Amino acid sequence: MLLTAAIFLPVIGAAVIGVIPRAQEKALKAAALLIALATTAIGVVITLGFDFGHTGRLQFTANQRWIEVINSRYHIGIDGISLPLLLLSMVITVLCVIYSWDHFPEPHNPKAFLILMLLLETGMNGTFAAQDLILFFVFFELVLLPMYFMIGVWGGPNRQYAAIKFFLFTLFGSALMILGFLALYFKGGKTFDIQELMVTGPLLGRSTQILIFGGLFMGFAIKVPMFPFHTWLPDAHTEAPTVGSVILAAVLLKLGVYGFIRIAIPILPEAAKAWAPWIGGLAVIGIIYGALGCLAQKDMKRLIAFSSVAHMGFVMLGVATLTSFGINAAVFGMVAHGLITGMLFFIAGSIQERFGTREIARLGGLLTQAPHLGWLLGFCAFASLGLPGLAGFWGEFPAILAAYQPAPGLNVGLFRAYMVVAAIGTVFAAGYLLWMLQRVAFGTATAEFEHSHIHDVHGPEWLAWTPLLIGILVFGLFPHLIFNVTDSAVNVIASGVGGVAQAAAVVAHP
Amino acid sequence: MLLAQAAHHQVTQAGFTAPHLDYHALAPEIVLSVVLAAVLLADLVLDESKKWVIPSIASFGLLATFIPIITLALYGDDVRSMVGGAYVVDNFALVLKALFIGVGYVVLLMSSTYVEEGDYYEGEYYFLLLASIMGMIVMASSRDLITIFVALETLSIPAYILAGWRKRDLKSNEASLKYYLLGVLASAVMLYGMSLIYGYTGTTILADIGTQLQGSAAHNPLVTFAIMFVIVGFAFKVSAVPFHSWAPDTYEGAPTPVTAFLSVASKTGGFVAIFQLVFIGFLGRDDVWMPLFGVLAVLTMTVGNLVALRQTNVVRLLAYSSIAQAGYILVPLAVAGTSPDAAHSALTASIVYLLVYAGMNLGAFSIVLAVARKTRSGEISSFGGLFEYAPGLAVLMTIFLFSLAGIPPLAGAWAKIFVFRAVLDAGTPWAIALGVVAAVNSVIALFYYANIARQMWMSPVPDGDRTPIRVPTPLVTALGITVVVVVVVGIYPQLFGHLGDLASLTR
Repeated sequence: MLLTAAIFLPVIGAAVIGVIPRAQEKALKAAALLIALATTAIGVVITLGFDFGHTGRLQFTANQRWIEVINSRYHIGIDGISLPLLLLSMVITVLCVIYSWDHFPEPHNPKAFLILMLLLETGMNGTFAAQDLILFFVFFELVLLPMYFMIGVWGGPNRQYAAIKFFLFTLFGSALMILGFLALYFKGGKTFDIQELMVTGPLLGRSTQILIFGGLFMGFAIKVPMFPFHTWLPDAHTEAPTVGSVILAAVLLKLGVYGFIRIAIPILPEAAKAWAPWIGGLAVIGIIYGALGCLAQKDMKRLIAFSSVAHMGFVMLGVATLTSFGINAAVFGMVAHGLITGMLFFIAGSIQERFGTREIARLGGLLTQAPHLGWLLGFCAFASLGLPGLAGFWGEFPAILAAYQPAPGLNVGLFRAYMVVAAIGTVFAAGYLLWMLQRVAFGTATAEFEHSHIHDVHGPEWLAWTPLLIGILVFGLFPHLIFNVTDSAVNVIASGVGGVAQAAAVVAHP
Repeated sequence: MLLAQAAHHQVTQAGFTAPHLDYHALAPEIVLSVVLAAVLLADLVLDESKKWVIPSIASFGLLATFIPIITLALYGDDVRSMVGGAYVVDNFALVLKALFIGVGYVVLLMSSTYVEEGDYYEGEYYFLLLASIMGMIVMASSRDLITIFVALETLSIPAYILAGWRKRDLKSNEASLKYYLLGVLASAVMLYGMSLIYGYTGTTILADIGTQLQGSAAHNPLVTFAIMFVIVGFAFKVSAVPFHSWAPDTYEGAPTPVTAFLSVASKTGGFVAIFQLVFIGFLGRDDVWMPLFGVLAVLTMTVGNLVALRQTNVVRLLAYSSIAQAGYILVPLAVAGTSPDAAHSALTASIVYLLVYAGMNLGAFSIVLAVARKTRSGEISSFGGLFEYAPGLAVLMTIFLFSLAGIPPLAGAWAKIFVFRAVLDAGTPWAIALGVVAAVNSVIALFYYANIARQMWMSPVPDGDRTPIRVPTPLVTALGITVVVVVVVGIYPQLFGHLGDLASLTR
């Protein structure tokens, strides 16, 4: 019941906002904030009631009749993998409402913007809680429309192109994904229940598994996005309004990885092993390609977008090892990337707002003009490049380490090669992030902005950013806060592919 | 031998005894006939200033027709068969009769202001519309070649005339003439096929044809050709590619409510006939119709979608979109013969698709009507900035468009999922390939649906005229009904899924 409320409260809120007249902006914003806060409060209650002793077990479940004709049920529940991501999605939504308080992008219209934001939250929360493939599919798709409109209406100059590209890419993936789901239904005992399919799915023949995995792979890999399906991401990020970029980077990209971990790997373990070398390969290509892409960017947001491609590469490398160690790293990496990249997009948005441009070459001396903003950019850049002590480190380092000893049956030599490439990728990451920091924050202001008054971080921004900054620091210092939650849930997933014992060995002798 | 059989048939027919008629089962047709007569008489006696009564009679009449359908569904036998199995009222018939009457009602709502404000004949319009609906509800019960043909002509002939209702408009004249000529051609082809089937089997009752075409004896080239002729005839009716050429011109030229009627009701009528023929009569010869439907489905989806990409007129776009949608409905038919299970899920999928398609397509046409009241234009660019001055209409249109595109949680997504399910239930490689083609096509389709959404939400108002649109009450009701269908079924698809599942054909 609580979980159901956490999923549907935002959409009810959206309906409430729908009846408030457009002119009453204060009321609109207050209502949206209240709903987002209430949803997060439910999240807190769920966390307090969560049995941390058995994170591998589904909790807060509900299992109701829904579409009997196709034997699909309203089955929801969360375990240790879902919980951190669910909380991330709730918190990010609150912060986005706060951040947009007094800077709604053109063409303004806070009513529609806030409705879309709350619809997005329902889609995101629902995806992380769904335990039925059809239900998962509905929530997974539910985020498409609001994001399409968010980019297309409130975005930058090239917004219409970016919006439709985002939509078409994702829809192409999900069209094949739903075919995969239906194939699972017919081959796996006429059920869409993920828990039941985790029993019947692994019994399928290897070639069947590989084929179905292919369909799911297209759906999830495009959403992640993995190289070579990433091309929608830089466009979408560059054109999206700040809040759209933040939600996209912080939560939407996680839906794809989550799909791999929740659905593709446990249900189709044989196929996962067959596909893992390819996924790992694309992941490390993504790491290097994203990093090189970053070096070539002139626009700050585009640079951060390419860095997302690289970071999701690390996450997918962790997933591809199929070990509990690697998948734990992936889940941590998702949360860390959500916090850090979300923060970076916030900062990029604020810079854009102050200078009217995001072009790195035109910026400079941020530290002298807006020292707080400059320092925050520095902090996030360091977090993003994986500095130990900050959250980014625990996503990247264990993922690389996990590639040293992938799950049994995978080619150890190949994955060690991936490990080396990924390690080189971290050097690139330091390179492009520090170079950006240097050009934007250090030195003196360019002649263009020399005499303009740049105001520093203000109230709503501090309010929206502090939780993220605290998260980056706290999870960096105490990574077990997340690892303890995810670990036994990940073990359930990884035991299906035989990746558990291996993980223990790596932890013992890294 | 065949001739002897036919002769025998004739002889038994000679000693005529009046067939037993189940008046409860015939009640919908009887009520509608009374309404038809009432509309015709009212037009005769009413003064020009009182013509507004006619649409009221027609719409209340349609609602009255609904009552016997409900009582039939709730009470009595599941299957009521008459005239030696030529006329059957079963769940399949009831579901589709309800659909036809629902569609007819929404079209009436869409028409009333349009017909009243334009310089059109009023009484005749409603008479012809109801006559066409009469043909459709007869079609849903026809299990006999001759009854099917009569029903088809009853639903088509009024539609030919309605297409030319804007009689001073050359485009409308062209629409009517083209529709008529190709429709008659299709009927001729189909009749030829039917006559061959009668010649071979010696019966016009579908169930008997089904028995005779079972087994290897029926693998006769004559039967193969006959089945192909019949199906090609109906392919014209449902505007499947390559027999679609009349549809875009007819749709563009006809008055918009009539276009909505043609693209939903008339097309559904064609599909209903196909279901009955294929699932009862021709089931034994799936080697003929499965590949035929497969080719038709692939061509219809792909050509419909690709041509729709290039349209600038919104009605033409919806015309091509409705061609493509017919392709998705054909997909399950292409795999229906694989096994009894596959046949069942194929029929369910096609019926669910028809039900959902009716809601979303009528909704989209209602918006086109509402917007055209202000802009007087059918260009897609006339939708520019609609969200700024008519946010309600823009949001509704967005819902209809993305439902047509198949985005969850809207009804259209479930229609597609049912189609995919039927395809994978058959499970053959050919079926899966068909599923992938359908999936790719649904992505292509998104592009042109989203293009209208893009105009409404992201483009400026073309002439800067932001006066709000006044939407007449009947149109608001039509929009209300259709959006409720699309959204409620989207959230709770069990509703239509159940109906589709229920509506298995009696053999």
